[in-house]
Amino acid sequence: MNIPSFQGYRRENGRVGIRNHVVILSVDDISNRACEVVANHIDGALALPHAYGRLQFGEDLELFFRTLIGMGSNPNVAACVVIGIEPEWTQHIVDGIAKTGKPVTGFSIERCGELKTVANASAQAKKYVQWASEIQREECDVSELYISMKCGESDTTTGLGSCPTVGNLVDKMVALGATASFGETSELTGGEHIVREKAANEKVANEFMEIWNSYNDFILKEKTNDLSDSQPTKGNIRGGLSTIEEKALGNIEKLGKKTKFVGCLKPAEAPSDKGLWFMDTSSAAAEAVTLWAASGAVVHLFPTGQGNIVGNPIEPVIKLSANPQTCATMEEHIDLDVSALLQGELTVDEAGDQLIDLMIRTCNGRLTAAEALGHREFVLTKLYRSA
Amino acid sequence: MIDYLMHDEQDTVGVAVVDIKKGHLARGRTLMGNGAPEIEVLSEIPLGHKIALRDFEPGDTIIKYGVDIGKVVNSIKTGEHVHVHNLKTKRW
Repeated sequence: MNIPSFQGYRRENGRVGIRNHVVILSVDDISNRACEVVANHIDGALALPHAYGRLQFGEDLELFFRTLIGMGSNPNVAACVVIGIEPEWTQHIVDGIAKTGKPVTGFSIERCGELKTVANASAQAKKYVQWASEIQREECDVSELYISMKCGESDTTTGLGSCPTVGNLVDKMVALGATASFGETSELTGGEHIVREKAANEKVANEFMEIWNSYNDFILKEKTNDLSDSQPTKGNIRGGLSTIEEKALGNIEKLGKKTKFVGCLKPAEAPSDKGLWFMDTSSAAAEAVTLWAASGAVVHLFPTGQGNIVGNPIEPVIKLSANPQTCATMEEHIDLDVSALLQGELTVDEAGDQLIDLMIRTCNGRLTAAEALGHREFVLTKLYRSA
Repeated sequence: MIDYLMHDEQDTVGVAVVDIKKGHLARGRTLMGNGAPEIEVLSEIPLGHKIALRDFEPGDTIIKYGVDIGKVVNSIKTGEHVHVHNLKTKRW
């Protein structure tokens, strides 16, 4: 298949986005209200409320800052208003986002009050949405895309159909110079030896195994049963998956047949080069997609079996399914039906081409099902209790 | 119409790609396009669920994708439903 270029938004730092959001980013839980009021007031502004941002410390705080700064820095964001209760952390996030060169302004509520903060932030947000409305899309090469991928509400059809379809896309897109990332550390259990073999070199393989072992040790330490109540999930079991090993082997079909991964990323860490990357993520959909959005990914591919409905506020999530029951009963959530794979009426290569075509259309501006349905799950990964 | 698929020639279970009725003679193939054994189905197998392609005793390993996916905890006859009631993880 001839893979076309797409029409994207080139940002100040040269990175390419596929959406043009002006976001109102909340630094902490108690500033959510101000962000939501500003976004209600200013047409085209998008509030990013969340549950945390107070009294976090250590590695958990580092991840928090990396996630917030990463969301604001994502090329799908044109400009950013940051609102927090205190000036220091607000400014820290503003400074991090400003490194991209994009417009960003912070507001803090202390010694100002919420009403005046909302008025000031609204005035700034209005300027940003008007400015962003004049940014034009331009022709971009697919090698400039950063694609993330994770499946959810998996069943045996994901391993048979939708994950191999993503794997086919990965083989084709990475060969053309695109960047891609997979994760779901705990859901590689049972197939970790196969993932290890897909590392580009021994150093990357060892880094991967260290991260996987650490997650596995954490699960063994914290578990109170054999985890069969949560991994596989009840939805997975309903769909026919019996063990974590079986689930993992379906999951890693997304990595493709030929592609090797070139490095390992911390949660929400941006890749430093092109190619396929492993990111240490939770397997919970909204948490994981948020980590990839914060790492700069601009489009997410989401194979589902039983029908996960997740979306993200700034990174479009494309759903595909090979389960004919799900494609029929949850049609409004599914962007691409590849269930014809089950009867051999469609080949994986053809399904991969269909997914590339849909991804390019999405990059050009087509709304995904999750976007049209207003799914904007922004969920921070928290490593441990706050102080 | 295919009733079940095998990921790999070595697999000891197949995956139903339609709802299969008890007593049905199930026709399968591998993902590589090769033929697979016809199996008389002894349980109702919903779409996506697994069907035993041989007999198993407790302690046996089940192979899917050509890889170990867990251990048998209750005897299984060829054609029976394989799921959480007779197959458990070896991890965690």
